[in-house]
Amino acid sequence: MNDPVYKTDALIAEDIDAYLDQHQHKTMLRFITCGSVDDGKSTLIGRLLYDSKMIFEDQLAALESDSKKVGTQGQEIDFALLVDGLSAEREQGITIDVAYRFFATEKRKFIVADTPGHEQYTRNMVTGASTADLAVILIDARKGVLTQTRRHSYLAHLVGIRNIVLAINKMDLVGYDQAAFDAIVADYRAFAEQIGITEFVAVPLSGLKGDNITTRSDATPWYRGPVLLEHLEGVEIGDDHKLGQPFRMPVQWVSRPNLDFRGFCGQVASGSIRPGDAVTVLPGGKSSTVARILTMDGDLDEAHAGQSVTLTLADEIDCSRGQVIAAADAVPEVADQFEATIVWMADEPMLPGRPYLMKLGAASATLSVTSEKYQVNVNTMAHEPGKTLELNGIAVCNISTDRPLAFDPYAENPDMGGFILIDRLTNSTVGAGMIHFALRRSHNIPWQAIEVNREAHAELKSQKPRVVWLTGLSGSGKSTIANLVEKKLHAMGRHTFLLDGDNVRHGLNRDLGFAEADRVENIRRVGEVAKLMADAGLIVLTAFISPFRSERRMVRQMLPEGEFVEVFVDAPLEVAESRDQKGLYRQARAGTLTNFTGIDSPYEVPQAPEIHIDTTRLSAEDAADRIIQVISGLE
Amino acid sequence: MKTLTHLERLEAESIHIMREVAAEAERPVMLYSVGKDSAVMLHLAKKAFYPSPPPFPLLHVDTTWKFRAMYELRSKAALDAGMELLVHQNPEAIERGINPFDHGSLHTDMWKTEGLKQALDKYGFDAAFGGARRDEEKSRAKERVFSFRSANHRWDPKNQRPELWKLYNTRKAKGESIRVFPLSNWTELDIWQYIHLESIEIVPLYFSAPRPTVVRDGLILMIDDDRFPLRDDEEVIERSIRFRTLGCYPLTGAVESEAATLPEVIQEMLLTTTSERQGRAIDHEQAASMEKKKQEGYF
Repeated sequence: MNDPVYKTDALIAEDIDAYLDQHQHKTMLRFITCGSVDDGKSTLIGRLLYDSKMIFEDQLAALESDSKKVGTQGQEIDFALLVDGLSAEREQGITIDVAYRFFATEKRKFIVADTPGHEQYTRNMVTGASTADLAVILIDARKGVLTQTRRHSYLAHLVGIRNIVLAINKMDLVGYDQAAFDAIVADYRAFAEQIGITEFVAVPLSGLKGDNITTRSDATPWYRGPVLLEHLEGVEIGDDHKLGQPFRMPVQWVSRPNLDFRGFCGQVASGSIRPGDAVTVLPGGKSSTVARILTMDGDLDEAHAGQSVTLTLADEIDCSRGQVIAAADAVPEVADQFEATIVWMADEPMLPGRPYLMKLGAASATLSVTSEKYQVNVNTMAHEPGKTLELNGIAVCNISTDRPLAFDPYAENPDMGGFILIDRLTNSTVGAGMIHFALRRSHNIPWQAIEVNREAHAELKSQKPRVVWLTGLSGSGKSTIANLVEKKLHAMGRHTFLLDGDNVRHGLNRDLGFAEADRVENIRRVGEVAKLMADAGLIVLTAFISPFRSERRMVRQMLPEGEFVEVFVDAPLEVAESRDQKGLYRQARAGTLTNFTGIDSPYEVPQAPEIHIDTTRLSAEDAADRIIQVISGLE
Repeated sequence: MKTLTHLERLEAESIHIMREVAAEAERPVMLYSVGKDSAVMLHLAKKAFYPSPPPFPLLHVDTTWKFRAMYELRSKAALDAGMELLVHQNPEAIERGINPFDHGSLHTDMWKTEGLKQALDKYGFDAAFGGARRDEEKSRAKERVFSFRSANHRWDPKNQRPELWKLYNTRKAKGESIRVFPLSNWTELDIWQYIHLESIEIVPLYFSAPRPTVVRDGLILMIDDDRFPLRDDEEVIERSIRFRTLGCYPLTGAVESEAATLPEVIQEMLLTTTSERQGRAIDHEQAASMEKKKQEGYF
């Protein structure tokens, strides 16, 4: 067996064209390394980069000086420093995120996703593993198979990585002992079979000393298997099996340079396609045949998995972003209820019933978890009951989407069955999921038995209900400000309703006049309606003079603590009177309108309003922003 | 049927990323620096949307101190692609006459960092493609493909979104923006190989030729115009040089070379032992300087 060679300096020097030709035909392997904090993972990657001469002299000089300053290897080069990128991490001495590294040999280019082994970071490992063809799982030869080893193996398997390499590191510290190696392999095999990993390759190595990484070590004459790099060069790439599957292409973008051309752009997820092949567009189900496969370099006779292409169809059928063009004789399923595994990646827990945005291929939908079947304890693989899902939690759930989606089970086609979840308010990516299968109508699981109470209503709208109560003199600007607040909240995607004299006095309260008792009854009714609307989950804005403290207090007490937000729209009488748009003050002064607040009926100034708007200093626009700021802060 | 080569895989991935942005962003833009990475990025954009022209403009954040050859290629490249070219020069830097000789790091801060923020705000771009690669520098190895920036353009390395599979979350609040790096997984060699394979036009300065130079602070600098103030002990010497990266000419160090063709350049690159960014004065100023600049909004 030949030792793998990184860079054929002789070929580069003598025949660069031949070298370029060779390089051009390289394939690419993406892999992930997983290990605990002290397993020597960064050292191993640093070693691969170093031996592949991907480290240049200037970097090496920096590395040597850094090694002496902050390294952990005394005067020797600390390879881990090559890999620990962010300065914050250097100070803490741990890697805290996924980092990607590159190196190449004669046969392949490699992209390594380096993920931290720390307990908290299931999320990072799943992220790194989602694009990997292979996983290298590090084990410290002195410690053997640990809880972390099991967790990393489970996650790699969960994400569908078919190639597992068990890198038994620090063999130098156990005297390159074959028995120690064999015992760890046997131990691991017993565990791996339990979780469905049927094949793996175990390599005894030392990252620090360089044993069995790029070259065969004299210290392990008993080892007959491939050295690490040799295996990475030869292993089948995970994408290869996609070629044999039925054709799928999620439509990303529709190209319409002119009225006569409509091209569907996407990356082929699986299978292959030729002009003349029959295809079906899903969801929808319209069929046609492929007319052309366009690229800038000319039309193709065939496109296959992994390529980004543009297709045109023979017939004018509806097809847009989010739909999937599929082989007509082997179409994917379309469904809106599924069983899936969900991995949670946010501090805020996953709540069943709460709507999240879902991205599956090029399709977007709103998803909610209808019921959580069980959680998986990543350390013991035990199934445990649960209702919510915390950061780094993994659960098998039934989910429901607001529209039908074309999909394949994740295990068969990750591009067609893997999805991310996005929080609708913060826009963060909060989770990832893998579809197992669609739930058939005939044996649908019923919706989780949650009571449709005020919390449920609010939950569905992803907001906290509020009654924002604007009070102030006639002409103070209540309606103007309330209108602006509603417009802005609406633009923010909030569900609102504005109650004011116009939509209440003509219907609900048309039997009421302006006498004090009628004014009290007016406010009582408005308060009750506002309360019902808050129960329905809405943010209710009201704009009434509401001159009396007791009625305002009454409404406050109808609502749960904190939901009533009193806004005093403060305009001095002379200012309000000078605005007199409806001529009411003039009539009141003339005595033709009685019981008019501020003239012959009192206005009781709020003593501790949540918000005080001084309209002589704030514009209506600024006042609206201030109100939104405060009610957002209350959330 | 066959397995894609690494360049085919990279090309397909970059095209996929660009199409996602075109489909989901409201107002995307491609930052175009006229360098070799920009040339590859622009070429990929043409491929991604063919037969349509790329559905976004090109933006060059100019410092007025780029090599003349770069300005020549800039207009031609935009015209060939059928794309609108926007050029932004920070008006305050113009007014104050900010230059690389007198103002040190202020030159980069004002022309590039501030200039970029100004341009993005001015046009209201919510997604900007950049040609950065993860292999360039350590802090970039952890950069996301879709890098999220706050309303004041800051990058928070602790608050980046996880990226799984090829599913990119493009959602953001008003005022926030996303920097998108479609070349994240390309290496320097991949870039050169692709330029070679696809016959992409690049600035001639990447190829060796006799050029007027001085050596200053360990860098070979090219005298590209008469704005270069010579020190008393400096002498302009014609050297056979080329550039591995291109930026402002008074800040960009050349290498002595005889490589006048693309294969020769690649050959030299593969046999060389110093890294690409080494010719850039900007990176030497402080440890972890790139990470700091990124947090402040530098691309």
